[in-house]
Amino acid sequence: MSLEKILSKYPQKKEYLIEILLDVDEDKKNHFISEEEVTTIAKHLKIKESHVCSVLSFYTLLSSRERGEYIIQVCKDVPCYLNDNFNVVETISKHLGIEMNDTTDDRMFSLEFTACIGCCENAPAMRINNEIFVSLTKDKVIKIIDSKKGGNS
Amino acid sequence: MIEYKELTKKFGKIDPLSINDYLQQDGYKMIRKAIKMGPKKILNEISLSRITGRGGAGFPVSIKMKSFANETGVKYIICNADEGEPGNFKDRYLMENDPHQIIEGMLISAFSTGASRGFIYIRSEYQNAINIMKHTIKEARKYLFLGENILKTSFSFDIEIRRGAGAYVCGEEFALIESIEGKPGRTRVKPPFPSQKGVFGLPTLINNVETFSNLPFIMRIGGREYNNIGSDFASGTKLISLSGNVKNKGLYEVSYGETIKDVIYILGGGIPNNRQIKMVQLGGACGVVIPQSLLDIQIDNERFHIFDSKIGAGALIVIDDRHDIFDIILRNMEFFEHESCGKCTPCREGHGQMVNLVKKFVNFQATKKDYLSLKSLANVIHETSLCGLGQTSPSSIISTMEFFPEDYEKRIEESVRRGQTNG
Ligand SMILES: Cc1cc2nc3c(=O)[nH]c(=O)nc-3n(C[C@H](O)[C@H](O)[C@H](O)COP(=O)(O)O)c2cc1C
Ligand code: SF4
Ligand code: FES
Repeated sequence: MSLEKILSKYPQKKEYLIEILLDVDEDKKNHFISEEEVTTIAKHLKIKESHVCSVLSFYTLLSSRERGEYIIQVCKDVPCYLNDNFNVVETISKHLGIEMNDTTDDRMFSLEFTACIGCCENAPAMRINNEIFVSLTKDKVIKIIDSKKGGNS
Repeated sequence: MIEYKELTKKFGKIDPLSINDYLQQDGYKMIRKAIKMGPKKILNEISLSRITGRGGAGFPVSIKMKSFANETGVKYIICNADEGEPGNFKDRYLMENDPHQIIEGMLISAFSTGASRGFIYIRSEYQNAINIMKHTIKEARKYLFLGENILKTSFSFDIEIRRGAGAYVCGEEFALIESIEGKPGRTRVKPPFPSQKGVFGLPTLINNVETFSNLPFIMRIGGREYNNIGSDFASGTKLISLSGNVKNKGLYEVSYGETIKDVIYILGGGIPNNRQIKMVQLGGACGVVIPQSLLDIQIDNERFHIFDSKIGAGALIVIDDRHDIFDIILRNMEFFEHESCGKCTPCREGHGQMVNLVKKFVNFQATKKDYLSLKSLANVIHETSLCGLGQTSPSSIISTMEFFPEDYEKRIEESVRRGQTNG
């Protein structure tokens, strides 16, 4: 979807800024909002660019920095921690050869932490883009990531 | 069995995507009944029910509704589905399994208070719930339960979904309002309260998903009957999100007044691997941590006041004896450090400092002085923060200092013994 198309989905009111930013971020392969997009969106909604930037930096799910095609977010909160007996983060980190908050060289994967994603009854849990994965085991984590590598998202 | 299924009784029996399934289970009959009764009588029933908010703060629902009903002009109703408190997942279950129940609850609320517009604010992480709620709203419009002249009356009400973007603090009502307006989610100073001056400067009533889900039930059995369910201090049922080191993790609905122990052992099946409970955190990351010896306490807010706390949104996080209290506290404090909106100093600066102090305990480098600094810092943040985030975030520190003093003492002694400190 082009930016114009996303903008045309919503009434031209500044209250839709976050909805628009979420759509743009979701839509783009590298999941970030560029400076040009900030300018276009600000003009369209008749708001200051600095306002768009303040929203971008406030919300964890929005980014002004280029990220991978698949953003792997591992839950770090207590219920998941209590049920993580193999270290989810270390497993992914080793498998992809990246550290926390890094992106792989081929720009396929970024590794991030997330706060609780409300799946604590099936901990440990993680999220890749808009998909949630629960009851993780070492094998399962690796399989999920490899299936993304194959491109069959 | 100690389960008491009302809000969850249709779970698994209806297809959440089918309005016909809901209608066949007497769905939308309670908004019909409510319209016949008229606003005054509805508010009276809700008053008699003594229902309190299920989003964490436990404020009496009827008081907020009545003052909101007195406001004039265009008015908004917001359903708070941000559910960001670690350990909670009940609102997700309600949205994913019985979405029309929430819409019907919002309709009853809107009709009785004279509101014409509504929002459901759902965190983006709940993509599945967002899809279901969008579909549900469409279906409800198609069947004329939402829109202009609902059920051929002069009552009009419609709902829009807004997504969160990964900020726990946006569950706080004014932060949520700012977010709906397209701004960073930073709270406002009260008063004025949202019911006077909320979203877009207009009167706004905010309630939790579970709170709205209760309204059709109250309409069905009446306020008095509802008040008979539960304990002397709290009426109705409560959804409990049970997680951590417990065999049957999951969502349970019980009437208020059941004990924490029964929920953990009877519904949860106890602790796996022949372990013992070391502690239980109540409500989520912002809740108090209690030892095994206090598990006989009943689930209701009144009794939780002894801890200057609440059951909150209903999370019970069970932690077994393999775990160190300082590891748990550290995770809680790192969460709040990340989620602080930065508007007031104690919360903005304090959490980083608490993280550093707790790390010293985790790493066996703690002194008596660190203990005292942590204690006073926790109290300052609790007492002087602007919103509920900072006011409740130090709970796990304050409560463990009270209930697990020996863990702190031992850790300081051990730190000295390891010679990494000067004592
Ligand atoms: C930091 C913070 C986060 C909150 N998060 C939520 C939430 O996710 N869902 C919710 O219903 N209430 C949340 N609340 C409570 C709301 O501010 C408000 O009290 C509640 O939505 C009112 O609805 P109720 O009376 O039906 O519980 C939060 C409060 C604070 C201070
Ligand atoms: S207590 Fe924390 S989250 Fe609340 S207003 Fe202050 S800085 Fe923001
Ligand atoms: S703590 Fe990980 S999903 Fe809730």
